[in-house]
Amino acid sequence: MTALATPTGTGRSTPPWVRSLHYWIAQYRRTWRGSITTSFLYPVLYLAAMGVGLGSLVNHHVHSVGGVRYLDFLAPGLLASTAMQIGGNEAMYPVMAAMKWLRTYFAMLATPLTVLDVLIGHLAWIALRLLMVTTIYLLVMAAFGTVHSALAVLAIPVGILTGMAFAAPIAAFAATQLNDTAFTTIYRLGLIPLFLFSGTFFPIGQLPGWLQPVAQATPLYHGVALCRGLALGHLAAGPAAAHLAYLVVVSALGFAVATTTYRRRLIT
Amino acid sequence: MGRQRRGPDNHPVVRPACRRGPGPAPGRRTEAPPASTEPTAGGPQAPGPLASVPRWRAHRPVAAGAIASGVVSPRHDAPAHNDADPTGPLVLASGLTKRFGDFVAVDGVDFAIARGESYGLLGPNGAGKTSTMRMIACMSPVSGGVLRVLGLDPATDGARIRGRLGVVPQEDTLDLELTVLDNLMIYGRYFDMPRRVIRERAEQLLDFAQLTERAHDKVDPLSGGMKRRLTIARALVSDPELLILDEPTTGLDPQARHLLWDRLYRLKQQGVTLVITTHYMDEAEQLCDRLAVMDDGRFAAEGSPRQLIERYSTREVLELRFGAAEVDPRAVVAGLDGLVQRTEVLPDRLLLYAEDGELVLGEVHRRGVVPESALVRRCTLEDVFLHLTGRSLVD
Repeated sequence: MTALATPTGTGRSTPPWVRSLHYWIAQYRRTWRGSITTSFLYPVLYLAAMGVGLGSLVNHHVHSVGGVRYLDFLAPGLLASTAMQIGGNEAMYPVMAAMKWLRTYFAMLATPLTVLDVLIGHLAWIALRLLMVTTIYLLVMAAFGTVHSALAVLAIPVGILTGMAFAAPIAAFAATQLNDTAFTTIYRLGLIPLFLFSGTFFPIGQLPGWLQPVAQATPLYHGVALCRGLALGHLAAGPAAAHLAYLVVVSALGFAVATTTYRRRLIT
Repeated sequence: MGRQRRGPDNHPVVRPACRRGPGPAPGRRTEAPPASTEPTAGGPQAPGPLASVPRWRAHRPVAAGAIASGVVSPRHDAPAHNDADPTGPLVLASGLTKRFGDFVAVDGVDFAIARGESYGLLGPNGAGKTSTMRMIACMSPVSGGVLRVLGLDPATDGARIRGRLGVVPQEDTLDLELTVLDNLMIYGRYFDMPRRVIRERAEQLLDFAQLTERAHDKVDPLSGGMKRRLTIARALVSDPELLILDEPTTGLDPQARHLLWDRLYRLKQQGVTLVITTHYMDEAEQLCDRLAVMDDGRFAAEGSPRQLIERYSTREVLELRFGAAEVDPRAVVAGLDGLVQRTEVLPDRLLLYAEDGELVLGEVHRRGVVPESALVRRCTLEDVFLHLTGRSLVD
C-alpha cells in the first residue's frame, strides 16, 4: 500500500537486528550493577595477585618476559583472556536459554525478525558486552600503571575481536546442542587450557617445542600477542596484520556456520 | 451477548482508547468522511492518542472514517487486508503439506479463513494442528501445496506477513525475569513500534488482560493463567490483523480457562480474526465460528460446530454404564434400529445416538436391561470426533 503517504513525526525505522539487540540490553539492565562491579573486581584481583604479587618473584628473571615488568607483560594478556571468557560464556548459556529454556529466539521469530536478525542481534550484544569489559579492563590497567603507549586504546577493539573469535563459533556449536552438558567440556578442555597456555602468563617459547604450534593455532594466542604489543608499544605491522587476519577469519567462519546451525535449529 | 457493550465488571467491552484521531486524519486517505460515519463499534468516544496512522503501521490500509477502536481496531469495513484480493480470504491453503523427513505431519489440507472469522483446528495431539498453525504464522516453511496469508506468500514475504500477525504459541515464550510491562515493551520493539505507542497500547492491553496491578512485577511468579493472558496481550501489542492461538488454555485450571475464554470472546466480538487450535471440544464450541476436525494430518470434516453435530451426529446421545457387569452391547440395542441411529462401544460405557435419548432409555428399561447409570445429553463435538475417527479426543 505504497499509495498511502508516510505520516510524519514518528521517526525512522530501526534495523531489525537492532531491535533484537534491544532485548539483550533490556535484559542486562536487570543485572548491570553486579556485572559491572565484577568487571572491575576481576582485573583488580588478578593484576594485584598475579601481576604485583607473583610478579615480584618473576621480575628477578626479567629477560624471560621480554625485558619488561611481569605486571606489564601479564596485564594485556589477561585483557585478551578475559575477552575470550566473556565471549565464550555469553555464547553458551544465554544461547541455550534463548533456544530452549526461555525460548526468546522463538518469541522474536514470531515477529518480523528473521533468523539472521536474531543471530546478528545476539552477537552484537556480545560485542557490546566485550566493549564494556575490555574498556573497564584497560582502565584498571592504566590505574596499575601498565599502559605504556597510546596505542593501548586499540586493545579494546582487539579484545572485542578476540572475544568474537570465540563467541561466533561457540554460538554456532551451541545451536546444535539439546542441553548444556557440552558447555562444561568446552570450559575444561577448551577455555581453561587456552587461558593457561596461550601466552597470557608466560611466553609460549617456554612450552615444549611440539606444543608451540598448537598454542599458535588458537585465537587466544593472537589476541594476547596483539594486546600485548599494543599496550607495550612495540607492535610490528606485519605480525599485527597476520594476528588480526586470523581473528577476523575465525570470527567470520564462526558466523557463517552459525547462520546454518541457527537456521537448522530455529526453522523447522 | 451479541452487541452488549459492557462486561460483567461494568467495563466497556469495546474500549474507546486508541481511536485514530478525531475527524479526517492526516496521513490517511484524504477523502476520509467525518467521524459520524464510524463503523459499528460503540462506547464513549475520547480523542485518541494517535492522530494519524503511525509509521510502523503505514503499510496497513486503514478504514475510511475514524475508527473507534477496542483493544484491537474493529475492521468490519476495512477495505483491504488481503493484499492481492481485498475481498479474498485472510488465509488460503490448498493441498497444504508439512513433512519432517519421512513423517507427514500435515497431509494436503484445503481451507480458507475469512476476515472476522474465528476458525478452529480441533484434533488430538499429533493431528497436525500445530504444524498447520506454524505454517500460517510463517514460522515454519511449507513443504508442499499453496499457502497465502493476507494474500502474500510466506516463502517470500514471511517477515512482512509476521509484522501483521499476532502469535500465541503453545509454550509461553515470555521472559520470566523481566516485568510484565517490559515483556510488552520489548515485544512491541520487535515490530518497530515507537516506545510511546507501545506504552499506550500496553496500558490498554494490561487492563484487557486484567494484569494492570502486576505491570511492574516479574513474570516468573505469575500463575499459569496470568502468563497466558500476558502472552495474549503481548500478541496484541502490534494490533494484528490475525491472531493465531495454539492451544490457548491447555494446562490451565477451569477458572483460568473461563476467564481466558471471556477475553477471547471479547476479541471475537470486536471483529478480530482468530485461528485457534485446541483439543478441547468445549473450547472449540465456545470460540469457533467454523472449525476443521483434524486427524492424522488431514481434515476429517469442516463446518460450524452446529453443522458438524447435525451432519455427523444425532441430536442426543444416551450414555449407559454397566460397571463390572458383562453386557453384550448388541443385546442392548437389538431391535432398537428405528430409534438408535448409531452405537459406540467405549471401554467404560456404551453410547447410543438418537434423536430422543429418553425414548431410547425407556425402551432399554422395558427390556429389563439395568445399567449402573444412564445419562441423556445433547451431542457435542466430542461425539462428532468419535464418529469421524473412531477415537475419543482427549486421552
